[in-house]
Amino acid sequence: MNFFNEAKSLIKVNIREYGMYIALFVIMLTFSIMTDGLFMSSRNISNLLDMTGYTAVLAVGMTLVIVIRHIDLSVGFAAGFMGAIAAIMLSNWGVPVYITIPVILVLGVVIGMFNGVLVASVGIPAFVSSLAAMLIFRGALLMVTEKTGTIIVKNEHFNALGNGFIPSLGEVGGLSVLSLILGLVVIALYVYFEFANRRNKLKYEFEVVSGGIFAVKLVFVSAIIAYITWIIAGYNGFSWTVVIMLAVVVIYHFLTTKTVLGRHIYAVGSNPEAAHLSGISVKKITYIVFGSMGMLSALSGILFTARLQSATTTAGTLFELDAIAAAYVGGVSAAGGVGKVTGSIIGAIVMTSLTSGMNLLGVGISYQYMIRGGVLAAAVIFDVLTRKKRA
Amino acid sequence: MSDYILEMKGITKEFPGVKALTDVSFKVERGEIHCLIGENGAGKSTLMKVLSGVYPHGTYSGDIVFDGKVQTFAKISDSVKTGIAIIYQELALFPDLTVYENIFAGNEVKRGAVVNWNRTIVEAKRMLKKVKLNVNPETLIKDLGVGKQQLVEIAKALSKEVKLLILDEPTAALNENDSENLLELLRELKDQGITCIMISHKLKEVISIADKATVIRDGRTICTLDAAKGEITEGVIIKNMVGREIEDIYPKRANKKFGDTILEVRDWTAYDAPTGRNVVKNANLHVKKGEIVGIAGLMGSGRTELALSIFGNPKSYKLQGELLVEGKRRSFKHTSDAIEAGIAYVTEDRKGDGLFLLQDIKSNVTAANLQGIARGGVINQNEEVKVANEYKKSMNVKAPSVEQIVGNLSGGNQQKVSLGKWLFVGPKLLILDEPTRGIDVGAKFEIYTIMNKLIAEGMSIIMISSELGEVLGMSDRVYVMAEGKIKGELPIEQASQEKIMELATQ
Repeated sequence: MNFFNEAKSLIKVNIREYGMYIALFVIMLTFSIMTDGLFMSSRNISNLLDMTGYTAVLAVGMTLVIVIRHIDLSVGFAAGFMGAIAAIMLSNWGVPVYITIPVILVLGVVIGMFNGVLVASVGIPAFVSSLAAMLIFRGALLMVTEKTGTIIVKNEHFNALGNGFIPSLGEVGGLSVLSLILGLVVIALYVYFEFANRRNKLKYEFEVVSGGIFAVKLVFVSAIIAYITWIIAGYNGFSWTVVIMLAVVVIYHFLTTKTVLGRHIYAVGSNPEAAHLSGISVKKITYIVFGSMGMLSALSGILFTARLQSATTTAGTLFELDAIAAAYVGGVSAAGGVGKVTGSIIGAIVMTSLTSGMNLLGVGISYQYMIRGGVLAAAVIFDVLTRKKRA
Repeated sequence: MSDYILEMKGITKEFPGVKALTDVSFKVERGEIHCLIGENGAGKSTLMKVLSGVYPHGTYSGDIVFDGKVQTFAKISDSVKTGIAIIYQELALFPDLTVYENIFAGNEVKRGAVVNWNRTIVEAKRMLKKVKLNVNPETLIKDLGVGKQQLVEIAKALSKEVKLLILDEPTAALNENDSENLLELLRELKDQGITCIMISHKLKEVISIADKATVIRDGRTICTLDAAKGEITEGVIIKNMVGREIEDIYPKRANKKFGDTILEVRDWTAYDAPTGRNVVKNANLHVKKGEIVGIAGLMGSGRTELALSIFGNPKSYKLQGELLVEGKRRSFKHTSDAIEAGIAYVTEDRKGDGLFLLQDIKSNVTAANLQGIARGGVINQNEEVKVANEYKKSMNVKAPSVEQIVGNLSGGNQQKVSLGKWLFVGPKLLILDEPTRGIDVGAKFEIYTIMNKLIAEGMSIIMISSELGEVLGMSDRVYVMAEGKIKGELPIEQASQEKIMELATQ
């Protein structure tokens, strides 16, 4: 009885946080039932996650931009433009791939910083400055692809980032071995960190959840990781896109929740004047956040170009809106200061799940847009209502 | 038999937890200039808001009789219709619109839904003549000085057939010349039969212009003075303004010992860059180790501006003069430099620019010193909870845990969190700006006790306060500011409510 009471109160307190996961679960379950399990098939999930990749990395960067009360509309065409530059470097100039990628990422940082300077130092509203940047990158993308049209990329290593899978090292019952090992390593790390965290808290004599709840949580999360691994291992294993996406999430999650920099970002978003009076440089934080956004735009461009194995004249169209939608579905607040990187990733997966599921069901594209719009509105309404209740 | 244009009888107005006005009566005769005087927070503005319908009928008790009729204003436009106009300290003009558009904003000269701009301009010229403002009505408001803007406000009031004109500290932002012109205008309007209520802190002005003066203190009417009977003199007014008994809620400090000078500013001058206003004028001030220095003065006297200009200059004022910290000349580029030099500033506006209301107690406590709980840029979150719990306990913050969102705490507890945040930085000099505004007596006492403890540990404190009792009860030395200048420095033995008020209202 005690166990259930504790579980109940934990869920009640954290309902906002779990809401997104529950929504994702409901969506996946619904589509699975309606497609007779086709939705949760290895092939479909693998595809779905690959499709999410380039939006998801943008959503991570966009989360921080929205947290500090700005917006960046230029990321779509910036990604398209930088993807095209990568294609030109690889195909026309013959630059090796291990030089191309760092150069493009640095270019992204520079472009992002430029936005940051316009916003923080010149004082132009981010909506306007990034709208201008969006038009400029759209033009730049057309300019570099004008002569040749679509630029085909033949570099296999580069294309693997968008289409390839990590080596399988043999198969067991049709499952990729390395992916299974990777899944096990993730579970082991998760369990280790949970135990270390708990031990540390006990050392400080803080309250921790009871042993029963702790065990249930460990088993539950491990089972989910195991299940996802099992599904993915059934179709070529983890793709490079998913590995990169996971790495971005882990790094940014750590950065935002555990570091001084992360805390400063949320402080600036929560109350810029108070942040300034607390000795935090609002300008510096704005540069860093826009710089990171630029870098992730570059990464998104690389992933997209690699996936298509070519740079096209329209690459990046409307990516920015997908990223913004994912961030809002993931619980970012427009008022600033609130929002999690992990939430935005879930938001991105929710949005692609909807597309993928409705495609499988053969729902017309007109309805798809309307349903996705409805989900976006519903997510924000849920957010506003639960926030009101708590205040 | 006197002819009263306005009689407010037995007005009582309560806010949750505070009684702002208690049984206030206030009578104004037709055709007089009546000054309303009192300290900050005495209830003057609340009374005027009751009169103008900002607080609608039913939210207060008591009667308003205007022009012989009991009035029940449900909204501001009701009071405007009966002929009452208020001009607030912060002018309510549209800076990007022209003078004539502003004069008739909300009261357009129109036929049906169409504005007749030609007639508007003609009427505007007539109004401008009345207030003796010689400008082209097509000038934009933002291109006029504050003094002229004030006249436009009055012209706007006149265009509405005003019978009773209320001015809230009209000369606070004006220079001497503009002030004199404004007072002259008020005298002329009086001759034209317009009654005027003026809230003012400048006693010289009051003495020169008022026919009657009513003093309000702690939400009660204290007295109404009559110039004709020779009652309006500086001494009488000050005596009535400050006559409050100082309660003994200030904990005493034993064996005071002052060390070396920790902070000094010499000929310190600050200009607000966008408006070019001189917010601090040639200030000279010093603080010794182990000393509580009070800065008294009324709101808008430049106290906060002085503090901010010292604390890393976050408002980007243009600064002149010397700033010395522990004898060394310093110039801070950012608040972080000031913090590093050992200065902390607890803002007067804890909700506005002090706290992160959406975040929890622990994040607020550590916000200004994350390095203190981090290694290599990575935060030790357990250490953070431990630190926050220590401050929660030593400050006696009443909250279930340090994970509580700060926006949900009471004012006193928020102030303690705000204080805790700065103590965790470990400053040498703590600047407290209105440390006890809006918090209850119990919490006040706790904050005073904490201040004394900090002094005993060797810290120095600058306390900015509008509350004279607090300044006299806590400080070792008092500076009085008015109009951006330090008007006087008083050792605590020589300081009294009357003396401070005299300097502050110069």
